Amino acid sequence: MSKVVDAVDLSASGPDGPAAPQRNRPGALRLLRSGQVRLGCALVLLTMAFALAGPLLAPHDPAKSIALPYATPGDGLPLGADQLGRDVLSRVLAGGFHLAWMAPVAAIAAVALGALVGIAAAFYGGITDTVLMRVMDVLLAFPALLFTLLFVSVIGPKPWLLVVLTAIGMTPGVARVIRGAARPLNDREYVMWSRTVGIPARTILARCFLPNVSSPLLVELGMRLMWSIGILAAISFLGYGIQPPAADWGLMISENRTGLQNMPWAVLAPVACIVLFTIGGNLIAEGSARVIARTEGRG
Amino acid sequence: MSAIEVRGLTIALRDGSPIVKDATFDLEPGQVLGVVGESGSGKSTMSLAMLGYARHGARITAGQVLIDGTDVLALGPRALRRHRGNVVAYVPQDPATALNPALRIGVQLAEVLEGDAKEVDARIREVLGAVGLPSDDAFLHRRPRELSGGQQQRVALAMAVAPRPRLTVLDEPTTGLDVTTQARVLALVARLCADNQMAAIYVSHDLAVIGEVADRVAVMYGGMIVEAGPTKQVVARPAHPYTRALLAAVPSARERMRLTSIPGRAPGVQDTHPGCVFAPRCAFATDECTTGAPSLIELVPGHSARCLRAEELPERPRQSATAPASAVQEAAPGDTPLLRVRDLAAGYRDRQVLFDVSFDVVEGECLAVVGESGSGKTTMSRSLIGLQERWGGTVELGGTPLAPAAARRDPDQRRSMQYIFQNPYGSLNPRATVGDCVAEPLRHFFALGAKAARARVAELLERVELPGHLASRYPAELSGGQRQRVAIARALGCAPTVLICDEVTSALDVSVQAAIVELLRGLLNDGLGMVFVTHNLAVVRSLADSVIVLSEGHVVEHGGTDTVLTEPRHAYTKALLADTLEVSAAG
Repeated sequence: MSKVVDAVDLSASGPDGPAAPQRNRPGALRLLRSGQVRLGCALVLLTMAFALAGPLLAPHDPAKSIALPYATPGDGLPLGADQLGRDVLSRVLAGGFHLAWMAPVAAIAAVALGALVGIAAAFYGGITDTVLMRVMDVLLAFPALLFTLLFVSVIGPKPWLLVVLTAIGMTPGVARVIRGAARPLNDREYVMWSRTVGIPARTILARCFLPNVSSPLLVELGMRLMWSIGILAAISFLGYGIQPPAADWGLMISENRTGLQNMPWAVLAPVACIVLFTIGGNLIAEGSARVIARTEGRG
Repeated sequence: MSAIEVRGLTIALRDGSPIVKDATFDLEPGQVLGVVGESGSGKSTMSLAMLGYARHGARITAGQVLIDGTDVLALGPRALRRHRGNVVAYVPQDPATALNPALRIGVQLAEVLEGDAKEVDARIREVLGAVGLPSDDAFLHRRPRELSGGQQQRVALAMAVAPRPRLTVLDEPTTGLDVTTQARVLALVARLCADNQMAAIYVSHDLAVIGEVADRVAVMYGGMIVEAGPTKQVVARPAHPYTRALLAAVPSARERMRLTSIPGRAPGVQDTHPGCVFAPRCAFATDECTTGAPSLIELVPGHSARCLRAEELPERPRQSATAPASAVQEAAPGDTPLLRVRDLAAGYRDRQVLFDVSFDVVEGECLAVVGESGSGKTTMSRSLIGLQERWGGTVELGGTPLAPAAARRDPDQRRSMQYIFQNPYGSLNPRATVGDCVAEPLRHFFALGAKAARARVAELLERVELPGHLASRYPAELSGGQRQRVAIARALGCAPTVLICDEVTSALDVSVQAAIVELLRGLLNDGLGMVFVTHNLAVVRSLADSVIVLSEGHVVEHGGTDTVLTEPRHAYTKALLADTLEVSAAG
């Protein structure tokens, strides 16, 4: 018998030829080859590094008045002073710390929870599917921001509470998307094969389902990061987040918006930080979706 | 001058590597040119160039496509738009995706026609009549999904011929159809061409189909036409070694052949070496073949081949298989068969699709289950494996009854019966390496450690004739045939006694099919029992010992393969055989 021969097997050497394999390799890392995703990651990481290290770098005590209200930039105050005469630069450096850890944690928690619910609903189907998805629908029916404000006003503005509420608010959306992506996998032959030989459900979920929805998961992660930044900044702007005199980007916009004409830097600097952070998340989501659309469907 | 002349057509990828090289042929009105080749040979790419079209990432870099003296490739965008459909029409492979599901048949057909409403309406009805479809208002108001696959393909054909084109390009239009439907569509194509003085290019990987429909044939390999000539002559006296090899891989429903696959791998776009493109795999290659690229040599007027040795090669008769097919094997009294099925019934919701199927499979026996789509054969195989609830009857594996659902069977039963799926592209988890895939049952059933599993995976890959280094590859890097081999290796890893193969070769090229059939034959010799579900009687003849013919869920014939296929008793079997195409030298 002839060995190691595959008779005229042309499909692999089709349009892209045998050199294509590397590009065809599945896995989330291929997303990093997209310039958009790379730029997005760079923006997110830079903003996070800036915000997390910021409190240590602040030249002045961000909570202390050291100049006249709305003092213009110059003279040791590169970005001027805010409405209470505090150093804007120090407040910008110190004011991103909470957002920088809360937004990613909330986004990751929402995506993890949503993926769990979505995959379970898709795999088990039937009554499990109905119950899980109806619960998600009920959650979705509450306006996430009002829901959050309600709990915060009762329990108090605790960072962990904000993270949990933001995550729960975003979970139903993730669950729906992931359920949609996971359902067709039930009809894939490798899942059917796994069922016929009796591979345990948790192994099928971990080996067949999770890796095959990793692409939509990454898109969701980028998008939910962007949203959670927006929600958390909004909560802070409304005064339900970090309490004064501590510095926070959302809070700074709220505090200094009356002096926008006199001293725009007190508003513009935190806005710029939030914008960069958000655009980073958006680029990750957008770029991933593009790479996936381009490469998916190649077997 | 011929009506259609193609001269030196060359199509290249954006990086300059050619995928179709120097294609040249002529075609007369009313003639059908069959373009045959395997996946990746460039046959579809070349045919689409007749419409002045190159798919994304490819460019027509040289050559002429002259239709009545007009060069299609020189037309501007506006002229090209008018040209497409009106002068050159196209019938795609999958009518289900080619027809707009939102449009009614009448509207769909009217889209390709110009002129006043009354004339258009009359032409639509005329064309529908010509393709053998009803032309009443009720039919015109149907939507594509309300039609069968064969009807959809007829609508696509009607759309193509309605504007009276000079040339129609048909890209594997019968690949997804049953033999019976296929036979009707082929006859229709031949008649439409003759009646309308329309030339056609019929693209297919199936030599039997080409032999049936085409007047002339062009064999493509590695982007080149390696042989061209009158169909009968090419089939009877193939001049190029590749054509011969391809013919040797085609199974026949009339007699049991040893199917010979072609050693080595087909060339990719990047594989450029001087000399004949087929030389690395050619049994007749000499030193001369690897240095100079042969040009098309005319053997007799109208029949040419791109082979230096075309004139001197001896004719090789096809070999028959060494072992003749045996009759139904009854289990010896007191002996239990591997698989015993009695009065199996199954269905979906309120519709029963399978009635009282009974059979035995003994060691080393291959039982073929034959039928057209809708005959219940897939329902049967899925209820055997437990993916489809059965309504009645019993299934015994090695003497012990099996529960209807796979989830309720014990691990040993689930291990002993294995299923190979039709679609090699869906059988493997795209996010797991080949090695992981094959190791999955080893971990699950035998709790092998990483090292032992690796060794066993290597053995299994060798058993299915795959190189061991593929273990670290992902399915996307493999061809269809290789994936099917991996699926077989994974099944063998369970150490099964019965293998259920559901149309395992229908998605593969003939020569790959030949290799898989030979592999399965080897497994039978090892004592495995096999249920082989297929619609292809020729594959049945080359592999199966006994056969069941299913029609509308009922077994209409059951017996030894040779008996059933040589002297069919039931009218349905006879019809099926009559519609099965043969590549015969007699033609």
